[in-house]
Amino acid sequence: MKITETEVRQVAGLANLSLTDTEIARMARELDDILTHVDKLNELDTTGVEPMAQVLYAAGETATWRDDIEGATLSNSCAVANAPVSGAGFFKVPRVIEK
Amino acid sequence: MKLAIREIRAGLRSGQFSARELASRALAHAGAENPKTNAYLHLTPERALAAADAVDAQLARGEDPGPLAGVPIAVKDVILTKDIRTTCGSRLLEHYVAPYDATAIMRVEQAGAVIVGKTNCDEFAMGSSNENSAFGPVRNPVDLERVPGGSSGGSAAVVAQGTAVVSLGSDTGGSIRQPASFCGIVGVTPTYGRVSRYGLTAFASSLDHIGPFGGSVHDAAAVLEAIAGRDPMDATSAFAPVPSYTAGLTGDVRGMRIGLPKEYFAGLASETGDLIARGVDTLRRLGCEVHEVSLPHTEYAIPCYYVICTAEASSNLARYDGVRYTSRSANGETLIDMYRNTRGEGFGAECKRRIMLGTYVLSAGYYDAYYIKAQRVRTLIARDFSNAFQQVDAIIAPVSPFPAFKLGEKLDDPMQMYLSDIYTITGSLAGIPCMSVPCGATAAGLPVGMQILCNHFEEAAMFRLAHAFENSGDT
Repeated sequence: MKITETEVRQVAGLANLSLTDTEIARMARELDDILTHVDKLNELDTTGVEPMAQVLYAAGETATWRDDIEGATLSNSCAVANAPVSGAGFFKVPRVIEK
Repeated sequence: MKLAIREIRAGLRSGQFSARELASRALAHAGAENPKTNAYLHLTPERALAAADAVDAQLARGEDPGPLAGVPIAVKDVILTKDIRTTCGSRLLEHYVAPYDATAIMRVEQAGAVIVGKTNCDEFAMGSSNENSAFGPVRNPVDLERVPGGSSGGSAAVVAQGTAVVSLGSDTGGSIRQPASFCGIVGVTPTYGRVSRYGLTAFASSLDHIGPFGGSVHDAAAVLEAIAGRDPMDATSAFAPVPSYTAGLTGDVRGMRIGLPKEYFAGLASETGDLIARGVDTLRRLGCEVHEVSLPHTEYAIPCYYVICTAEASSNLARYDGVRYTSRSANGETLIDMYRNTRGEGFGAECKRRIMLGTYVLSAGYYDAYYIKAQRVRTLIARDFSNAFQQVDAIIAPVSPFPAFKLGEKLDDPMQMYLSDIYTITGSLAGIPCMSVPCGATAAGLPVGMQILCNHFEEAAMFRLAHAFENSGDT
């Protein structure tokens, strides 16, 4: 058993994902299955092998530097246009500060 | 409307049809055919006709309207199109209207292409069958009882169906090559960084690619030529110059060294295996030298991929929280409950599974054991390819272990679905260019694609080989 239902609930909390009890049970089974398969990676000795954090190294380190010049940007009305709730040019969320 | 780009070019120049007539015909055809396949999520007639009119005006003035002039193109609905809905196949983004165009979109339009619609796909490009779309599955035009592959199933289906001449898809672990194989068309995943990802909705940023589908190698090459190249808006886009891929389609592949990875062919006793073997015979007849090569870390590719892609996905999908882009759950008094309910109600099962797995492998205590371990294994897999490319110019492989399967057939077992990605994810992890080119059909008439993989930025050689194969008369 790689992962328990209790752990699944903790991970769902970290991921900000509400899951039903049925989903939790199913998720525990499926993640267990996948993580068991992932254990195969431990067959390999990777001592001294660099993690591949970049896909291509061909360009020089400074190749993507640019001058700090202001460019075109989205307008405020455009930026909030897809928000479910907005007002006065801001994104509105449920109250986070108590009076 | 199975026209090739060259035929469109000739037809426009000779006045046989106008770009507006072509666009109108494509839109009408797409509208009529779509109920069969559900391949388009929405058509874009206003944008299409405006682009077509611009092409006609340029032609009338005697100007060159560009290499893709008047070509009807469909776009996977994970690629942003300004003022047009971009849903990513997700209920969460059902009403999302993109505020800007992806670089690839700007480039195909600058080349004269006419965007006719946005295509269906697995939610946030996660899936191998297009059954994970919130807007219903896509059916394969070759056999409507079967899946078109995924995640770019809609983009493959519209080209196979002839309602678009070419299309754009995205590929993270095979999402262009596998549907191309299932639908019997050409699909190309370029080198990582060859095409700007600006405006491509992020799934797994170190693995995501935009690439073209076409009815022929020439058409796919022409689209890649238009969209490739450095873009200041994507720091990972490559500076390497873009050669003319279409000009390189000489038909001459004599002396080209082809590698067959022994690890790929060991367990492939099937019609797919037979068709690939016949394809290799054709390449031999065309003058290629065939060698056996070894990619010893192949068996680790699936666990490696599913750790890295889910880790990146869990991070990228964190932004869909009911504040900026998505609809919001009506349940939940506090901010945190609102986030959780919005995401819990909005994401489909596959996205939830990947968010959970990704969050788990990145969480404290597991990060080194899973994520960093997988990144180290990724280095070994990439190294396998660079070693092989010291001996050969191209690698030939299957795309999928089997042809298009029936809808619903593999839905209940996610691990089995993941395992079917084995031949495509190795190239994705290495960041090399790969493509699927049709190599015949099974006895039941289902298309099978042959995969060609080349070294970084060797798209020209890959296209030359694919084009010579396509024109060999053997498929």
